[in-house]
Amino acid sequence: MNDIRDALLVARNTEAKLVRRPVSPHIGIYRWPITMVASILNRATGIALSVGSLLLVWWLVAAAAGPQAFARVQAFIASPVGLLLLLGWTASLFYHFFGGIRHLVWDTGRGLAKPSLNPMTWVILGLTALATAGVWVAGYMTVVGA
Amino acid sequence: MGAGQNTKAKAEQVTIMRSQLGRVRGAGSAHAGSHHWKAERVTAIALVPLTVWFVIAVLSHLGAEQQAIAAWVAQPLNAALLLALIAMNFHHMHLGLQVVWEDYIHNIPRREAAILATRGACLLLGLLAVVAVLKLAAAAH
Repeated sequence: MNDIRDALLVARNTEAKLVRRPVSPHIGIYRWPITMVASILNRATGIALSVGSLLLVWWLVAAAAGPQAFARVQAFIASPVGLLLLLGWTASLFYHFFGGIRHLVWDTGRGLAKPSLNPMTWVILGLTALATAGVWVAGYMTVVGA
Repeated sequence: MGAGQNTKAKAEQVTIMRSQLGRVRGAGSAHAGSHHWKAERVTAIALVPLTVWFVIAVLSHLGAEQQAIAAWVAQPLNAALLLALIAMNFHHMHLGLQVVWEDYIHNIPRREAAILATRGACLLLGLLAVVAVLKLAAAAH
């Protein structure tokens, strides 16, 4: 026991054995509220976008280096791995975009009432799906139509 | 709503013990004030229109040749907006990742090292992107 607070977590079970009490609420026991998913997603997509910005830098540096380097980065993006990364990056971008706007609204003190939190989370997830699908359909039509 | 009004009325009676100067400096127990929080918001607000612009720009250049991209970046407005996007993006990224390290790395020297490394990486990546944009913008087309 390293932390004095751990003393509160020790108890005896029906066989009088010393056991650690479960911490409540525990993510392994409770159904995740959608707001918790939304909060974690905001951070996860932020981290994903940080990684995705490496692609942006590579793309810009390659464009500045010349046609050959640029063709290499374009070929990577068009590869299955590249497209998968780009899909993840697009979805992350839109989630972080809409979730971020909601954070800015929250900062003004609005939209924090309990009844609006769950539906608004679904709205943001829906907007993310719509925007991601919209951009990919538009992109597919541009590339294939051209 | 009644409870809310009560709280508000009470809040107005609170006597502030700190000097005006101390409040203006905004240094609470963290000795750092609200700069990080504000900068994260300011960069986020800037990124809202810049992101919309960038997504539309990328969509309209899908499959384009390097020459087309170079000519597009060579237009001053596009170059300026790209530079703004890069600056806001990497500043926001650094501020956001810093909070992640602060939340999960409990060993203080390691946490400070991670924050410093992130700051350095964000600065270098941002500068790399800026140099690339300036090179494209300055090249003759």
